[in-house]
Amino acid sequence: MRRVYFDNNATTPVLPEVMAAMQPYFGEHFGNASSIHHHGQETRGAVERAREPVAKLLGCRPAEVVFTSGGTEADNLALFGLVRAGDHVITSTIEHHAVLNACHRLEEMGCEVSYVPVNGAGVVDSEDVRRALRRNTKLISVMMANNETGVVQPVEEIGKVAAEADVYFHTDAVQAAGKVGLNVERIGCDALSISGHKMHAPQGIGALYVRKGTVLQPLFYGGRHERSRRAGTENVPGIVGLGKAAEIAVAGLERRDNQKMGAMRDRLQQTLLAGIEAAGVNGDGAPRVPNTTNIYFDHIEGEALIIALDLKGLAVSTGAACSSGAIEPSHVLTAMGLRADRARASIRFSLGKQNTTEEVEFALGLVPETVGRLRELSPLWNKREVKVQ
Amino acid sequence: MGEPTIAVAMSGGVDSSTVAAMLRAEGHAVIGLTMQLWNQRRLAGHEGMPESVQGRCCSIDDVYDARRVAEQLGFPYYVVNHEQRFEQDVVRPFVAEYLAGRTPIPCSLCNNHLKFDQLLIVARQIGAEKIATGHYARVEFDEGRGRWLLKRPADRAKDQTYFLFGLTQEQLSRTLFPLGNMTKAEVRQAAREFGIRSAEKPESQEICFVPGGDYKRFIEAYLAEQGGVPEAAGQLVTPAGEVVGEHGGVHNFTVGQRRGLGVATGTPLYVIQIKNDSQEVVVGGESALYSRTLRARQLNWIAVERLDGEMQVEVKIRHRHEAAPALIVMSGADEVTATFDEVQRAVTPGQAAVFYDGDVVVGGGWIV
Repeated sequence: MRRVYFDNNATTPVLPEVMAAMQPYFGEHFGNASSIHHHGQETRGAVERAREPVAKLLGCRPAEVVFTSGGTEADNLALFGLVRAGDHVITSTIEHHAVLNACHRLEEMGCEVSYVPVNGAGVVDSEDVRRALRRNTKLISVMMANNETGVVQPVEEIGKVAAEADVYFHTDAVQAAGKVGLNVERIGCDALSISGHKMHAPQGIGALYVRKGTVLQPLFYGGRHERSRRAGTENVPGIVGLGKAAEIAVAGLERRDNQKMGAMRDRLQQTLLAGIEAAGVNGDGAPRVPNTTNIYFDHIEGEALIIALDLKGLAVSTGAACSSGAIEPSHVLTAMGLRADRARASIRFSLGKQNTTEEVEFALGLVPETVGRLRELSPLWNKREVKVQ
Repeated sequence: MGEPTIAVAMSGGVDSSTVAAMLRAEGHAVIGLTMQLWNQRRLAGHEGMPESVQGRCCSIDDVYDARRVAEQLGFPYYVVNHEQRFEQDVVRPFVAEYLAGRTPIPCSLCNNHLKFDQLLIVARQIGAEKIATGHYARVEFDEGRGRWLLKRPADRAKDQTYFLFGLTQEQLSRTLFPLGNMTKAEVRQAAREFGIRSAEKPESQEICFVPGGDYKRFIEAYLAEQGGVPEAAGQLVTPAGEVVGEHGGVHNFTVGQRRGLGVATGTPLYVIQIKNDSQEVVVGGESALYSRTLRARQLNWIAVERLDGEMQVEVKIRHRHEAAPALIVMSGADEVTATFDEVQRAVTPGQAAVFYDGDVVVGGGWIV
């Protein structure tokens, strides 16, 4: 069966160039980067060379990049590394669970956390962040782009709020990196998380930018890897892969590939909305990363739509999955004020570098008829029609 | 191929796994579906509830088993989240029934509202024309009557028709019970031959969302989570109205119950009746438990379109009850009165009365 993958906010395929760059580090160059001998020197060189394109992608110094096992660890390192019991943290209601659940744990450990709301388009107001400041506020953590809606948050304004109040600012940029231009100085953040597998590097690698001079408590205790900020032997193939993916992302942004991606996304979104009634975009009107659109198709269950599309070869998704694999109600869409049934009727299309305009046409041929079949068999839809008559 | 696509409701157990394997072997395209119905961790840690739960329905282990079967046999498999509907249509009525002094059957509610309603809708939406389950029952179309019939299975000891009396003609027409002509031993043997890992998995009998089977603690924990336990204490009285003790809530009792009454007398006492308006629990000697008639409402007819006049049937009044001969007749717009040939022990409001004509389920209703 032909399969088209539009779930790149969940994960992306490793690009062939990235795979090729990693290949030698599984066998040929296998040394421990901490070893003194030739083998160690080879991999140490690879790790430090990979740090440079990552730093370039983020607009920071290579020494400010800490490699981690992924976005979740980067978020946890920032939060637990910067905050202590008694401190106050400001975050938003639409953060990824890597931040939200870490904040819940901080509360259990004796921190106070304020959860700033979003407006109907899914945007945090930096003035709300300012109003949430307290005497003991230590950290603001607000994501750069939301994983479900793609909505870009006003991180530069929030950075100013943090700077004026002299508190740390962390941003989870996992869904922004490689999709929009990104610069830690412009944002004014002290820490920023990225994840390899959201940008065509492999799963199991990520990085945290930590501003020079920031005192960070490590999560793990062990060797003095990553300047004592992250103990554990380096994942050399992963780091090399992330470096290559960062290099490709920087080149892509310079070529303005993201505009092409945005045009593809817009064609998908506009054609779907034109051909399907009672549908709309979640986060409409807000700035969004160019690869994502989250669309509600009223009176259906998004879960059934995702399954039906998967059985026909199109992979899309919605909210978060629970451990059984079932879909949980989206905390993001709920925070935006969507009715529960509309939140459940929403699905996310997220494009990647490997997708083609022809694949967009494939999806456009599939989605309207599938939504139509679901509605035909939906008690909700049929009730609605009765009401209309 | 060429056979229609069938969705199989999979629990991860041996029965539904074997159903999937059998249909696959027959050349059907199969889609495996498991319903996520209840978050087992939700009430964990509430007073009286276990801190951790495992091995029950909707557990990760069961989903894992179902997923492994799907991978092994090479068909698509999905978990669908019906937690909200399950709470609305099964858990809340379950709690409300106990608080009203009745003894509910959540499995029937789940069959009527979830498995053969919501899940069937999803199955059809994703391209399956029929749904198959691992129930022990038979369904067939009777040309003469022009109706779909629900019939007892070959393995009488596993008969689950009692829980299926609420199925409509539309639902039956889209349902397959592939195990209807097999014994449990044959199913286990087939599972072994298909190489299904759960072939030796033990049976699950208790209510899937009540960990450890202690429904009283579940009800109290659920009510506490919902914002408080209603005042439900009352008195234990004799049929003559004499007060013989006190109790902490009518949900702690079921008709026929002997243990846990907290009353010491020379002869054994049983719960005879639960009066939900006065919160009185009527207790008495065993002889008072027997009755010759019952009334049932919220009727569903399967073998007949409706009941005209009277009909001689066998009536089953609980899952483990041997259906007893009775005459049924309409006694209201939506009420049947059954008069048994012999008196029956512990007719319990909230349970189902299911009417059989030999192997055929005529219909049924809820005992009032």
